[in-house]
Amino acid sequence: MKKLIQMTINDTDCEIAVRPNQTLADVLRQELGLTGTKKGCEVGECGTCTVILNGKPVNSCLVLAVQADGCSILTIEGMQTDEGLHPIQEAFIDKGAIQCGFCTSGMILSAKSLLDQNPHPDDKEVRTAISGNLCRCTGYQKIVEAIKGVNE
Amino acid sequence: MGKYDVINTRARRLDAPDKATGRAKYVDDICLPGMLFGAMLQSPLPHAEILNIDTSAAKKLPGVKSVVTAEDAGMVKYGVSPARYDETVFCKDKVHYIGDEVAAVAAIDLDTALEAVSLIKVDYEELPAVFTVDEAVAEGAPLIHEDFPRNICGEVHNEFGDVEKAFKECDLIRTDTFKNKRQDAGFLEPNGCIADFDPLGRLTLYSSTQVPHYVQRIVAMVLGLPIGKVRVIKPCIGGGFGPKAGTTPMELIACLLSMKTGKPVKMNYTREQVFLFGRARHQFVHTMTTGVKKDGTLMALKNKCYLEGGAYTSFGIATVYYAGSLLTGPYKLRNMKYDGYRIYTNKPTCGAQRGHGSVISRAAWEQQLDCVAEDLGMDPLEFRLKNVMETGDTTINDLYTSSLGMKECLEAVKTGSTWKEKRGKLPKGKGIGLAGGFFVSGAGYPIYRSDTPHSTVTIKLSDDGGNARVYTASAEIGQGSDTTFAMIAAETLGIPLSDVAVSSGDTDFGVDLGAYSSRQTLMTGHATKRAAENVKAQVLAVLSEQLDIPAEEMDIKKGLIEFRNGNPDFEGLRTRYLKEHRGWTDHPGGDDLTFREAARVAFLEKGPIVGSGAYKPGDLGGKYKGAAVGTSPAYSCSAAVVEVGVDMETGKVTVDNMTDAHDCGFAINRTSVEAQLQGSLSMGLGETLFEEVKFDNKGGILNADFGEYKIPTALDMAPVDTIIVESDEPNGPYGAKEVGEGAILPTIPAILNAVYDAIGVRIWELPLTPERVYMAIKKKKEEQKD
Ligand code: FES
Ligand code: FES
Repeated sequence: MKKLIQMTINDTDCEIAVRPNQTLADVLRQELGLTGTKKGCEVGECGTCTVILNGKPVNSCLVLAVQADGCSILTIEGMQTDEGLHPIQEAFIDKGAIQCGFCTSGMILSAKSLLDQNPHPDDKEVRTAISGNLCRCTGYQKIVEAIKGVNE
Repeated sequence: MGKYDVINTRARRLDAPDKATGRAKYVDDICLPGMLFGAMLQSPLPHAEILNIDTSAAKKLPGVKSVVTAEDAGMVKYGVSPARYDETVFCKDKVHYIGDEVAAVAAIDLDTALEAVSLIKVDYEELPAVFTVDEAVAEGAPLIHEDFPRNICGEVHNEFGDVEKAFKECDLIRTDTFKNKRQDAGFLEPNGCIADFDPLGRLTLYSSTQVPHYVQRIVAMVLGLPIGKVRVIKPCIGGGFGPKAGTTPMELIACLLSMKTGKPVKMNYTREQVFLFGRARHQFVHTMTTGVKKDGTLMALKNKCYLEGGAYTSFGIATVYYAGSLLTGPYKLRNMKYDGYRIYTNKPTCGAQRGHGSVISRAAWEQQLDCVAEDLGMDPLEFRLKNVMETGDTTINDLYTSSLGMKECLEAVKTGSTWKEKRGKLPKGKGIGLAGGFFVSGAGYPIYRSDTPHSTVTIKLSDDGGNARVYTASAEIGQGSDTTFAMIAAETLGIPLSDVAVSSGDTDFGVDLGAYSSRQTLMTGHATKRAAENVKAQVLAVLSEQLDIPAEEMDIKKGLIEFRNGNPDFEGLRTRYLKEHRGWTDHPGGDDLTFREAARVAFLEKGPIVGSGAYKPGDLGGKYKGAAVGTSPAYSCSAAVVEVGVDMETGKVTVDNMTDAHDCGFAINRTSVEAQLQGSLSMGLGETLFEEVKFDNKGGILNADFGEYKIPTALDMAPVDTIIVESDEPNGPYGAKEVGEGAILPTIPAILNAVYDAIGVRIWELPLTPERVYMAIKKKKEEQKD
């Protein structure tokens, strides 16, 4: 039995019927076409599916879509504004923090969530904030530099 | 800026904006109309006869469109190297490891496909199985593949010089045995694919592959299609590092299911299936004997190695060669004997991973070299410098180094890490260690015997002259190759990077052997440069006719035509351009003729301006058996210094910082070179400290997930000081050579050597878990007491 849920996704209201066992990640990707959210493990261990739900970063593979009923969600597709790329996106591009890009969406959202709370984090704070987002390509260094550089 | 306008800069990557905004499409992001979903049934047993497969219940499940087994797939053997094709799409008579494919289903959705898989009934008769090298080679051990007695999948026996004679001249000889554990490549994107067999009989496979070219050939061969009817397209892919450099059974199964149903079929590995497919780093056990003279002259190495390889060969034959052949540099080694054995076991298959075959032999030897230096009372850095090879040296196994900045790498890390101030002066529990590396810049020969170019590139100018598009079948897998080729094309054509686009990863765009053996910058780079030179020559030829000026007296720089003897009157050309662009606002102006105008005129005169280039290395290497493995048009080298802290109470090792120097020839994109170094060091750090694929006693993986199989997080990874050493490689495009794989080589042994410096005891087994380190410290303490 499908259930009708309502979410605000990237500032747009959306109403959608979902199966009770469908994850938020799958609904975003498969039903809403927001494929910027990735799935690297589907069990909450890699962070590639990170989205911001009611202001907090979550692994969307661990959230059932029905649990997101009434919630507000920010995905990578919502980071860009009419003014252009978000400064975090700019920083990632500029500092060479992106290689294969599979971790990037999740990294950027974790970074946003950190910088919203703490605009001038030090190295350790950045590393802690993204420690749930695995990256196999970069060795994290350029990602850390990018995040630290956003508000400098 | 120097001689160049585009290359050797820190240009932004072309693919970064799409990846930063979620626009980039990976294979699982693609949906085709009417697409079905596939799922596989894999063996639950490590070694068993298949008595019967009953698919009737699965076929009856509503929503199921096709169920296939070996009966449907046929038994064409495939693999990586033609000499060892030992895989079939499905197992027919027996399964060889937990995870071997037995059947598959296509259905209207994934849940239905999975349910159907669970309804397939297979009767097995379990066979005795072997899980270790010792078990596999034992007298009377069960054979995994009939034709391979003692389960020896491949063996190598080489001797260069005369090792025993050389040992007689040595003042010091020591023997050590080193072993690692199986690693997983840990790329973030699980393998996926979509096969689309169309009504005209053409098959398109979208796949997360590093090697579209080889996949195209294998798919065609196994499914009996003409190669020209198979097209492989690689969308964005989320890392590869080696295991995505071969054809997966899943790719073949998706193609078969699409051919059966006439619909597109999507399949993905779960994370667990990624581990089961394996094809990452082997387990190696190296026993090495090294002999030196009192003055530190390196005389001889005897290296014996066993590789535990799993159920199939994959890259294994090349791996067993590489585990010997790449130790002959970057130090002058005068005599070497190598005996390598790759052994089949009833476990998932190992293959190639970053630094293919040479990573563990390098780790073992560089640690042993440190021991030798200590025994001689020499500084390990001075010992290496004493034996270092230089540009123009040829190794004892006939590898010619047309450029080699090893001395510079060693000097660079010495200064960069303040080695002299720190070595021997750190407190207990803190250590500093050093190691070097040496790697190919692209395999000298294709995997199948052929005279094919290794890369072909086509560049087409847009008819308005405003854009150049590079078409290549090479594989951007995250390393930044598309940007590298765009930069090379822009530099060569003399136009800004913003006027170059790249279409890559599609077998329709030409031949490219793909992203493995760290080959693309050099090889695809050459082909790109040649294609761009060709296009430039065509444009200048037309200009020469139009202006009556010899082409040699013209050049293109920064998007403008340079005339050696001053600008001629080109008003006619400009007017011609302007006339057909009434209403446009971006008219070319200024005193110089633009490339856009010149290219437009070339189009008007000659039609489409398309240029192509191809690259194939010359004949390389010696004449002995296996001489091809290890050959390359160029060799990279590297050195790393690592500082660690070891908690003497718990054995926990923390890497504090790393200094890494890599000779990449001439750096095309400096940011990308650093990024490769940092990524390599991170992978090496994980492999040294904690990565290990663990098995139960039935050959099942215990930690096929990122929770239990730990790869480095941002908190584990230390800051890296990356130093780019630039030698000018005569065989590389603009002097460039590899960086993607070679950079990992010094990492593991540098950490090992640093840990020894910290705790005073050598550890000869990876990974350096707290338990292993603690036990080593404890054992040493006990020995000291006695
Ligand atoms: S896919 Fe959600 S954490 Fe890995
Ligand atoms: S860029 Fe590839 S996983 Fe982070």
